[in-house]
Amino acid sequence: MNRLPFTLLAGAALTAVFALAALVSFVWTPHPVDGMNIGARLQAPGAAHWFGTDHFGRDILSMIMVGARTSIAVAVIAVGMGMALGVPLGLLAAANRGGLIDEIIMRGNDLIFAFPALVIAILITAVFGPSAVNAIIAIGIFNTPVFARVTRGGALSLWTLDYIRAAEVAGKGPARISVEHILPNIANLLIVQGTIQFSLGILAEAALSYVGLGAQPPIPSWGRMLAEAQTMISFAPHMAVIPGLAIVLTVLGLNLMGDGLRDVLDPRLRRTR
Amino acid sequence: MLRFALQRLLSLSISLIVASLVIFFVIEVIPGDPAAYMLGMSARPETVAALQRELGLDQPVLARYLSWVGGMLTGDFGTSYTYRVPVSDLIMARLGVSLPLTVYALLLSTLIAFPVGLIAAARRGSALDAGIMGGTQLGIAVPNFWFAMLLVLLFSITLQWFSAGGFPGWDRGFWVNIKALTLPAVALALPQASILARVMRSAVIETLGQDYIRTARAKGLSERQAVVRHALRNALIPVLTIIGLQFSFLLAGAIIIENVFFLPGLGRLIFQAITQRDLIVVESVVMLLVFAVILVTFLVDLAYAAADPRLRRRA
Repeated sequence: MNRLPFTLLAGAALTAVFALAALVSFVWTPHPVDGMNIGARLQAPGAAHWFGTDHFGRDILSMIMVGARTSIAVAVIAVGMGMALGVPLGLLAAANRGGLIDEIIMRGNDLIFAFPALVIAILITAVFGPSAVNAIIAIGIFNTPVFARVTRGGALSLWTLDYIRAAEVAGKGPARISVEHILPNIANLLIVQGTIQFSLGILAEAALSYVGLGAQPPIPSWGRMLAEAQTMISFAPHMAVIPGLAIVLTVLGLNLMGDGLRDVLDPRLRRTR
Repeated sequence: MLRFALQRLLSLSISLIVASLVIFFVIEVIPGDPAAYMLGMSARPETVAALQRELGLDQPVLARYLSWVGGMLTGDFGTSYTYRVPVSDLIMARLGVSLPLTVYALLLSTLIAFPVGLIAAARRGSALDAGIMGGTQLGIAVPNFWFAMLLVLLFSITLQWFSAGGFPGWDRGFWVNIKALTLPAVALALPQASILARVMRSAVIETLGQDYIRTARAKGLSERQAVVRHALRNALIPVLTIIGLQFSFLLAGAIIIENVFFLPGLGRLIFQAITQRDLIVVESVVMLLVFAVILVTFLVDLAYAAADPRLRRRA
């Protein structure tokens, strides 16, 4: 326990790099992010532009930094939404275990699982038009049953324990027990699942903005950078390679961090891994 | 087993009904007047009224829902507003691309993941295992559509082994189409294979710790025989679950990746329908996708009830 696993450190470091890039972009980017400079278009990575420029002469490093903001914001809010809806539902289902409410919540979960995040996004954008907010809602809805299931699973095993019985005998109601005794004890599970959903959210946001269902211009996003790069891949491959690497490294960092956190927070799992 | 199958069939039907209600509500009730929405702000009132009649919007909501569902059950999905052809024709033509692509990717993913996961489990703790686990960790983090672009860059533009996109059509023969679907299928399959290989590895490791494997070893089976004859079969249940889940990921992934390769599949259809506000096409394609996912979940449930009798009683 006194030595943190390598995966946690490496993952946290990678994640920190992108979080820092996103934060720094609020006050400084190497070049203005919407600064078009046709004379300097499609430059390969070099001294003036570390990651090169795109077809409008915009600096790709600056766009990556601002794009990190979009990715992180969408994924964080979508995880927050999934937790805010899913955790109470999971707690409620566990408190009512075996009852009608439990059954309804779990069947509702199964139903949402039948809608992949992309399909939810298609439904929402077909009616409300594409935007970053609608991408957040789609990913958030997709996250909800995941958190509800994890919460219920964790809570169910706790409800059988003696100290919960003691709290019941002491006259505490199911709502109070859920919040005061169950929730703190499943926080570990939720943190680990949150990290996983965060990385899935980054991937989903990239995919949605790639097909035009996510953040709209002028908001920079990694997925749309890839969509724009696609037609130019034969003569400007750096435009496609660099945003993709940004996605891979961010997701990799979050996944490693999630694995490391699980090892630290739940030592029982270490054996089988 | 029959009782279990009937119970699952009932729950499948309920899921389909609720899903269709949700889709209908989002597409036809939330926008208020779908006809006005589809035609945009500048449409003349007569045009809107004509489309309202064509779509049956003068009918009450319940009647519209029932006629939509009834139509789908008899193969009539309505008429596309922009293409002016029956939606069922459009969907059938596009399914001929998306479905083979999904199945091709699922096969590739399974064929790659099984041996890789098995080897990693059999050699757990070795450098090979560490290498495989590192590789799959990377594979999970790669967006499939970006991986597809890299494949195009390498195999189509640099090496010129494959064309960068397009689809000849099934009337032009089997193998040319398989070749056209190969890069997209590989791009779809590798990230999913990474997940599946990890599940396979931990499932096999889990079963290797069981008493019956110790018995198998004790009676003189080699490590290889113990793994192949006893551990593999018991590890298949969690693996089967993941393969079922992967179907929906691959189908959604296929819809995205069709954009990279300019494949005329469901993905192109639905994204065009969204920009053209062709709600009838969107509604039907979404229902079809959800139906596919629910059906596969049902089949997986049946498959592992067949494989493991203990699961039948739990339901």
